Amino acid sequence: MYAQMVKTDGTGVKDRAEMSADEQAFQDRIDRGEKIEPKDWMPDNYRRTLIRQIGQHAHSEIVGQLPEGNWITRAPTLERKAILLAKVQDEAGHGLYLYGAAETLGVTRDALTEDLLAGRMKYSSIFNYPTLNWADMGAVGWLVDGAAIINQVALQRTSYGPYARAMVRICKEESFHARQGFHIMMKMARGTKEQKAMAQDALNRLWYPVLMMFGPSDKDSVHTAQSMAWKIKMDTNDELRQKFVDQTVQQIEYLGLELPDPNTKWNDETGQYDYSDPDWTEFFDVIKGNGPCNVDRLAARNKAWDDGKWVRDGLMAHAAKKTAAKLAAE
Amino acid sequence: MKNEWPLWEVFIRGQHGLSHRHFGSLHAPDAEMAIKNARDVYTRRNEGVSIWVVEAVNVSASSPEDKGAFYEPSNSKVYRHPTFFDIPDEVGSM
Repeated sequence: MYAQMVKTDGTGVKDRAEMSADEQAFQDRIDRGEKIEPKDWMPDNYRRTLIRQIGQHAHSEIVGQLPEGNWITRAPTLERKAILLAKVQDEAGHGLYLYGAAETLGVTRDALTEDLLAGRMKYSSIFNYPTLNWADMGAVGWLVDGAAIINQVALQRTSYGPYARAMVRICKEESFHARQGFHIMMKMARGTKEQKAMAQDALNRLWYPVLMMFGPSDKDSVHTAQSMAWKIKMDTNDELRQKFVDQTVQQIEYLGLELPDPNTKWNDETGQYDYSDPDWTEFFDVIKGNGPCNVDRLAARNKAWDDGKWVRDGLMAHAAKKTAAKLAAE
Repeated sequence: MKNEWPLWEVFIRGQHGLSHRHFGSLHAPDAEMAIKNARDVYTRRNEGVSIWVVEAVNVSASSPEDKGAFYEPSNSKVYRHPTFFDIPDEVGSM
């Protein structure tokens, strides 16, 4: 979700007979529910797939600061501004925890950053949509972070120790994000007619892009089986999406807003809501780089990285000078 | 030119009376900045009252391959546990 369509290395799930002794022992550890730690033996494909997945997850946290950062200076009150600032700061922290987890697999943060900036690595498709007004701050916190929580709660049980621990910390902080978003929506839905219309509009615009966060439908999801065997993916895309729809419909009704998808209906037989699939052509198009904000987002990240270079270099030079002076004094 | 900030491991004392515990890692040019960054990254919600940082290259660790031989000696020394010794009930709590 924050990691979508992560390519799993290898050619599907290996049969036990095809596995080497090391691979069998590794799979046994995962099946027993043991955590894999950085210095433990692991198959190269597991390592490479995790680097891609955690890296993409980290990039999503960082790029995800942009649509909300856009509204910090225009928050309606000083309190809302302070809250939004704290939320965006959390996202930076989440990015850092995740880069830290990825680095334990033998890649550097700068290398991952360069892959993002050059367009070689992806971030979640949701952040390629614009945030047009204040109601979007409500809808993003409530829906985007709400969707992220569903995925991340499951990933707390993932097989890779550093990733699982990062998820525990992130989940604790993430529920503040979803609740502050829902709170904005409550205020607007109960506000003036115009404010309620803004809340409805934000919900309508973001609904399908949020459903896309869970990735393509299971029948088109080619990487799921091996990643699930490795427990780096805990549920299928459609299972997570269904969970999100089921919990969100009631929240929409509580707000007194219209369901953005008229086909959303409770199904007595399945015990869950039926809903319309998003437009998957649009999803694949956004992933390819043709969403409304892909170019802006990447340009903003590149500018921040380039503009910050003198600071990074300056602080390193200062640290080197201090070390040299200390050595000379000894 | 590659000029990446080094990696630091962060240890935080959650409350007075507890020991420092490993919280995670971060990049910083020097120890002073590492502590400031650790404050921002790991204690945004009152998680700590004290921070240690250690440059990651200075951490030595036991290796997972040696796990068996390294920890095995304690397996045969069950007498190190108090429950090894049967003390009659009439003696009272001990």
